[in-house]
Amino acid sequence: MAEPLLATRHLHRFFGGLCAVKDVNLEVPRGVIKAVIGPNGAGKTTLFNLIAGTIAPHKGEVLFEGRPITAWKPHAIAGLGIARTFQTTRLFGHMTVLENVMVGRHPRTRCGFLAGMLDLPQAWREERESKAKALAILEDMGLREYAHQQASYLPFGRQRLVEFARALATEPALLLLDEPAAGLNIYETRELAGLILRICERGVTCLVVDHDMSLVMDISDEVFVLDQGRKIAEGPPRQIQRDPEVIRVYLGDDCAPDPQS
Amino acid sequence: MRFARYLPVIAAAALVVLLQVALSAADATYYMTQLTMSTYYVLVVIGLCLLMGYAGQVSLGHAGFFAIGGYTSAVLTTCNLVAWRDTAVIGGCRSLGLVVERQDLYGHTILCFSAWPAFFAAMLAAGLIAVLIGLPVIRLKGHYLAMATLGFGLIIYRIVLGAKWFGQADGISNVPPFPLFAGLQVNGRPAFRVENYYIAWTVVLAAMVLAINLVHSRVGRALRSIHQDEEAAHSLGVNTYRYKVCTFVFSALLAAAGGVLLTHYNGSIGPSEATVLKSVRYVAIVAVGGMGNLWGVLLMGMLLNFLSLRGVFGTYDDAVFGGILIGIMLFAPQGLLRAPAWRRVLHWLPGRRHG
Amino acid sequence: MDLAQIVQYCLAGITAGSVYAIVAIGFNIIYNTTGIINFAQGEFLIVGAMTAISLSGIMPLPAAILLAVAVTTLLGGIIERVFIRPARDASVLRLVVITIGVSIVIREAMLHVWDEKVRSLPYFSGTSLSTVTLLGAHISVQVLWVLGVSAVIVAGLTLFFRYTLTGRAMRACADDRMAASLCGVNVPRMVTLSFMLSAAIGALAGCVISPLTQTQYDMGAPLAIKGFTVAILGGLGNSMAAVAAGLLLGLLEALMVSQFQVAYKEAVSIVVLLLVLVFRPSGLFTRKELGTLRAA
Repeated sequence: MAEPLLATRHLHRFFGGLCAVKDVNLEVPRGVIKAVIGPNGAGKTTLFNLIAGTIAPHKGEVLFEGRPITAWKPHAIAGLGIARTFQTTRLFGHMTVLENVMVGRHPRTRCGFLAGMLDLPQAWREERESKAKALAILEDMGLREYAHQQASYLPFGRQRLVEFARALATEPALLLLDEPAAGLNIYETRELAGLILRICERGVTCLVVDHDMSLVMDISDEVFVLDQGRKIAEGPPRQIQRDPEVIRVYLGDDCAPDPQS
Repeated sequence: MRFARYLPVIAAAALVVLLQVALSAADATYYMTQLTMSTYYVLVVIGLCLLMGYAGQVSLGHAGFFAIGGYTSAVLTTCNLVAWRDTAVIGGCRSLGLVVERQDLYGHTILCFSAWPAFFAAMLAAGLIAVLIGLPVIRLKGHYLAMATLGFGLIIYRIVLGAKWFGQADGISNVPPFPLFAGLQVNGRPAFRVENYYIAWTVVLAAMVLAINLVHSRVGRALRSIHQDEEAAHSLGVNTYRYKVCTFVFSALLAAAGGVLLTHYNGSIGPSEATVLKSVRYVAIVAVGGMGNLWGVLLMGMLLNFLSLRGVFGTYDDAVFGGILIGIMLFAPQGLLRAPAWRRVLHWLPGRRHG
Repeated sequence: MDLAQIVQYCLAGITAGSVYAIVAIGFNIIYNTTGIINFAQGEFLIVGAMTAISLSGIMPLPAAILLAVAVTTLLGGIIERVFIRPARDASVLRLVVITIGVSIVIREAMLHVWDEKVRSLPYFSGTSLSTVTLLGAHISVQVLWVLGVSAVIVAGLTLFFRYTLTGRAMRACADDRMAASLCGVNVPRMVTLSFMLSAAIGALAGCVISPLTQTQYDMGAPLAIKGFTVAILGGLGNSMAAVAAGLLLGLLEALMVSQFQVAYKEAVSIVVLLLVLVFRPSGLFTRKELGTLRAA
């Protein structure tokens, strides 16, 4: 079997006395959409932050393409090809949409202080290229018309998309999506599902954390279920829906498996 | 069009020339002395504007870097190395032209460093110290960073005030003029007024061009992103720590350059250039000019420094700057020129997109 | 050095240290209720002392001090109402900058009201020559006053915060403003109160130290820096630790003076400040995990 793109081994993370992530072994094969679900407080966001480098695990390791990246700093992780979005949209509000996406080009460009100050030709070229690529991404996502508007003026759903575009601008191999459907209505969620599928078709592996079951079941190839920091189930969506442990954790002990699934 | 960003530079240059012509015609060239001095102070606030407005880091100790620049250059160009004239090191320096002989105030011949090596030494010192201080301190946030930079400024002040090498309370005087090239020199004497006015403005406008380029570049964008949401910037591949330290060092170098040039212009430097009040003054100017607004900061820097140097504020000098800080922070935190009433007036000017 | 000298230096250190501790406690009170550092804290001591000095010419000393404390308390309240409350929603940094501006304005105002002459309050009991002998060392009676007043302030504050309703309300604001306000605590009033309280203890400390150190219009800033150093050293917000940290700094300074030149005394606090900020910003007496305080 081909080596997974991302793997965590025996990942542990404590907060004071609470164990938020306990011995988690997650594998994300290349080219799939994998979802991580679980009730509130299950440790999904902590797991996310551990992978993205925002926090460091107390035990265990994170491997990307077989190489350990445990406790690497977020900017180094982005440089490797792992991009992430945030639970609450974190755009650079005072910058235009285009500028936001151009920041996404940062890990794929190089000109530094000196080249910037002296406005050297390689800086011009790089800027032109970045701008063109950013505009192409915006075009692709139907956001071209907003390119020169200040990001904070956009409606919420569009801001979400801009954050996507920005993450895609980093040309990631792996995209970490933290509750991408949060705050979206069903039409927007459906659009989002289509977008994620399209992204995956282009070769970007996606790891999605979300509560929205319809989104998760529709688009994921595999689902990983967390409860109280531990994995309780893993497999294709249909199988997870029928898993008694998962049902118990979400709905309580009294509920029988749903016959409609 | 890319070159739109340089239009204000050209406009400023034109104004500078106009002003000079007007003053010369009105036989009021003595104003140029204070204008020139203000210009060198503006170098400090340009760097501080990049640090505070773009990278979002406060520094209450920038007068310290100004002093490092000025004092280093002053010491090197006034220390008498005659006692060591026969050593290999000094002999080598002499043959390289780094050390020269000149006449001091009393007609004695003394041996000291010439201005250019002193300048580079000053920049090196400021840069090294900025790295040394910046590396541990930039990790701090908010009032911790403010206090750390304040502490740094205080240490520099204590050193220049207390050490004999730096002349203690009297500072260092008899600093020679700084010969640039083609016969131009940084010299405060009346005969050189016009020449120095242009030298100062050339330096400042060059610094503005560098700053404007930086702001419009990939780095400038990264800095703005750091300022607006550091964690998001970090997750997008921006090495936030390194960029903040680099900006800190660059702003320190600008401040030191201002220090060197002003010291040679005035022919002296004293501990009053390293006080906390001076640092606060620079912060106040950046605040009132608008945190990310280079031209606003330049304008306010010129205006306030000029008024202060001409004594318009009298004994209330420091109080004025303190009051400005309070006023701006309370009523116009984006800077005076960005207060809503002004915005309508000013928004047609080019190159003002950045906020 | 013989025992008498050691005792002398130690007491000098402890005396200075207890004043630093009071300043630090003033910082903590305001920090706890609002999350901001009030750079003008040092000025409260000087305003209090200067006012008392001026008043002592026309009324008996105790009355002068009382009135001076009252006036400074009022000043603290005014500062909060005029400068801090309007900027209540501002970022912490903006507020810090405002307090810096305020400290400068107060300083300059003092310069114009009282000029730059050095003055001092008369000794509280006896004269400058009255001493007590302790372990062979001669110490001024005023030192006992300083230690006594500091102890009373610390004890009083501890009781206030633990046993009175207002004190507990202020602690509630420190923990969670929203929750406190939902419980009926008038948060803006608590904020004003915290400024007034800090001003009061500052003024008292300024008065009691005045005979020993003299008072000059610009002594506020160095005191504020040292107070801040002590506050950070003990852990921002922790007043008990501030007392310990204050005594520590005072003793360190005394050690410096006894071994090296007096000129380096000022350097001690700044070096300590920088070291603490760089290596342990959460303070000596708090657990390292509270390093999240960094993200102010």
